[in-house]
Amino acid sequence: MKIGLFIPCYIDAFYPNTGVATLELLEKLGQDVEYPLGQTCCGQPMANSGCNSDAAAAEALFVKNFAKYDAIVMPSGSCAHHVKDNFDAIPQTDEVKHVRENTYELVEFLHDVLKVEEFPWAEFPHKVGLHNSCGTLRALRTASMSELGEPFFSKPMDLLNKVKGISFATPRRPDECCGFGGTFSVTEEAVSARMGLDKVRDHHDAGAEYIVSADTSCMMHQQGCAERGGVPIRFIHIAEILNGARA
Amino acid sequence: MSKVKPVNHAKAAEAFLEDAPHLTFHDERLWDMRQKRDQQMHLLPEWQDLRTRASEIKEHTLANLPEYLEQFEANAKKNGIHVHWAADAAEHNRIVGEILEKHNAKSLIKSKSMVTEECDMRAYLEPRGVTVTETDLGERIQQLDDQMPSHIVVPAVHKLVPDVAKIFAKNYHTDPDEKSPQALAESQRMAARPVILSADAGMTGGNFLVAETGTFVVCTNEGNADLSSTVPNLHIATLGIERIVPRMADLGVFVRLLSRSALGSPITQYTTHFRGPQKGGEMHIVLVDNGRSARLGMEEFWTSLKCIRCGACMNTCPVYRRSGGLSYGAVYSGPIGAIIDPTFNERKYSTLPFASTMNGSCTNVCPVKINIHEQLYKWRRVLAEHHELPFVKREIMHMAGRLMGQPTLYRTAINGTEVALSTLPRFVLYNWLNPWGKHRELPHPVKQTFHSWYKENRLKKGKAQ
Repeated sequence: MKIGLFIPCYIDAFYPNTGVATLELLEKLGQDVEYPLGQTCCGQPMANSGCNSDAAAAEALFVKNFAKYDAIVMPSGSCAHHVKDNFDAIPQTDEVKHVRENTYELVEFLHDVLKVEEFPWAEFPHKVGLHNSCGTLRALRTASMSELGEPFFSKPMDLLNKVKGISFATPRRPDECCGFGGTFSVTEEAVSARMGLDKVRDHHDAGAEYIVSADTSCMMHQQGCAERGGVPIRFIHIAEILNGARA
Repeated sequence: MSKVKPVNHAKAAEAFLEDAPHLTFHDERLWDMRQKRDQQMHLLPEWQDLRTRASEIKEHTLANLPEYLEQFEANAKKNGIHVHWAADAAEHNRIVGEILEKHNAKSLIKSKSMVTEECDMRAYLEPRGVTVTETDLGERIQQLDDQMPSHIVVPAVHKLVPDVAKIFAKNYHTDPDEKSPQALAESQRMAARPVILSADAGMTGGNFLVAETGTFVVCTNEGNADLSSTVPNLHIATLGIERIVPRMADLGVFVRLLSRSALGSPITQYTTHFRGPQKGGEMHIVLVDNGRSARLGMEEFWTSLKCIRCGACMNTCPVYRRSGGLSYGAVYSGPIGAIIDPTFNERKYSTLPFASTMNGSCTNVCPVKINIHEQLYKWRRVLAEHHELPFVKREIMHMAGRLMGQPTLYRTAINGTEVALSTLPRFVLYNWLNPWGKHRELPHPVKQTFHSWYKENRLKKGKAQ
C-alpha cells in the first residue's frame, strides 16, 4: 500500500512537528509514505464559506497530487471530512472518487485500516484532556456522540490507551465545540474566542495538563485563547504522542 | 433585492459577551436544559426510534400537505370551528382584526405563539384599538420590555431577576429591587388575573393540528393557554400549516418527544386538546402559510418545515448560548432560525448561516431529525451564489482559491513564514488579521515548515531514512 501524506497548510506553516510525527509514525509502522511536494490545500476554507466554485482549483490540484496513492492520510479531521463529504466543486470522475473514497484522517487510518495493536515506543506520563473536533466526532464518527446516547466508543482513546503512563481528565462538556469553525474564528471572533476560553478552562478545571486532539486547527485556536486568558495548559497532537513524544 | 442591511450578529454577540453575569447564566441555564434532555433520552430506550418515526410522519405529512389540510378543514368545520386561511402575515392580521371587530372585542389575552410574532400581530392590532396582553410569563416580560422573544420556548431566558424587577416596577409599580422570583411571578399573576377575567377575546398558538379529528393541541406549562382560550367566549387559534399530523395516534410520538427535547421534562404541565367552541362561544382557527408553501418547494431546505419548535437546537448550540437569541435579529433565532429566516428575507438574514461553526450538535438533538448543520452549509452556498456575501469575504475567498490552485505561488507565500514569523502571515487571514488577535494569541513562529523539513530530511541524498 502506497500512502500519500497530506499536511494541511496551517500544520505545514505553524506546527511542522505534527507533520514530522505523522510521517515518522507511519514509517515506524512499516508504511510506504510519500509527501507530494506540489500540495497546497483541500479546498475546505472556500467551500465552508459558501464559495464552492473557488474551491475547484484546490480540489483539482489535490486530486492531481494524490490520485496515484492507495490511501491518502492526513493528521486533520476537518480536512478529511471535507474531502470525503463535501469535495464537489469539481466533476466527480473516477479519479476524484478514488481519492475521496481512500482519504483517511490519521486516527481512523491507524484504528480501522492498520488496526495498530501497540505503540511500544510511546510513553506519555501526563493527564490529558481529549478534544474531539466536530469534524472527527460528528462527521467522521471516530467517537460516540453525547446527543445520541449511543454506547461509548472512542477511536482516539483506544489508541491513546496503548500509550504507557497516560491518564485522562474528564471535562464537563466533552462534546462541546471549541469555537474555531474556520473563518468563523475571525468573522465571529468574540463568540469564537469565548468558546475557546470556556473549552480550555473546562479541560484545565478537570485536571488536564495537556489537551490532545487529532485536529491542529482547533488547538491553534485553543492555544491562542489559553495564552491570552492565562490558562496554564499545553497542547499536543495525537500523532506526536503516538510517535513517542514524552512532553 | 431591497437595500435592507444584513443583521450584524457578530457585533450584537460581542455586546452580549461583555456582560459576564448574563452570559454565565444564559449559557449554564440552557446547558442545563440540554443535560436534562439527555437524561430523559437515556430513560427512553426507544428514543432514536421515536425520532425516526417523528421524522417519517412529518415528511409524509408535508409530502401530502394539501390533502391533510383539507381533511382538517372539513373535520374542524364539522366540530363547529371556523377555519380561515392566511396566505401571509398581512392576511393573518387582517383576519384576526376582522374577527375581533365583528365581536367588538377591545381586549385580547393571548398565550405564546411564534406565528403571531412572525406576523408582528400586536403592532397591527394595537393602533386599531385592541389591547393585547401576553399571558405567558416570559412572553409578557418581553412584551413589557418591547423585545422579541429571545428563545422559542423560554422567551426571556436572557434576562436575570433584577432585569425583570425593573420592568415590573415600571409597569406594575412593584419594588425595583425585588429579589424573589416568586414575588415577581406573583405580581405578574395579580396584574394579569383581572385582565384575563375581563378580556373580550382569547388567542392561542398551537402545537399540533390533527387532520382526522379536526382538532388541535396546545402544550404549555403555565396553564395560561387554557385561561386565554376558555375565559372569554371567543377563542382564536393561529397555527402554521406545517403543524399538522394525520392521526390522533401520531401525537403519541410527538408529545413524548416535545417537552423532553425542549425542557427535559417528560411532558408539559398542560396538554390541551381543543375539539370545538365552548357552549355559547365561538372558535376560530387561522391557518397561516406566510412563506411555508414556498419553503416546501425548496429542495434543499423543505425539511426545515418538520420543526416542532422545541428549541433543543438552541439549547445545545454553543454559539446561541454565548450570543443570546436577540443577536439573531429575527423572530426565530439559533440554529433553526438560521436556516428558516433566510426564506423570509435573504439579504437581511444572510449573515445567520455564518453565525455557526457547523459543529452538528443541533442536528443530533433535533427530535424530528432536521439536518440543520447541513442546511447551514447549503445556505452558505446559496447565499454566495446569490451574491449575499460581504464583498471583502467574497474577494478573499476568490484570491485564496486561486492561490491554493497554484503550488509555486503558494509555496512562495508559505516560505515567508520560515524567515521571520512574528505575526500570522497575511495569506492565511488577510485583513482579518486583527480579529484573530483581539481575544487570542497568534501561533508561535517556527524555524522551518514541514515542506522544507521533508525536503531536507527525506529527499536529500544521505539524509534519507
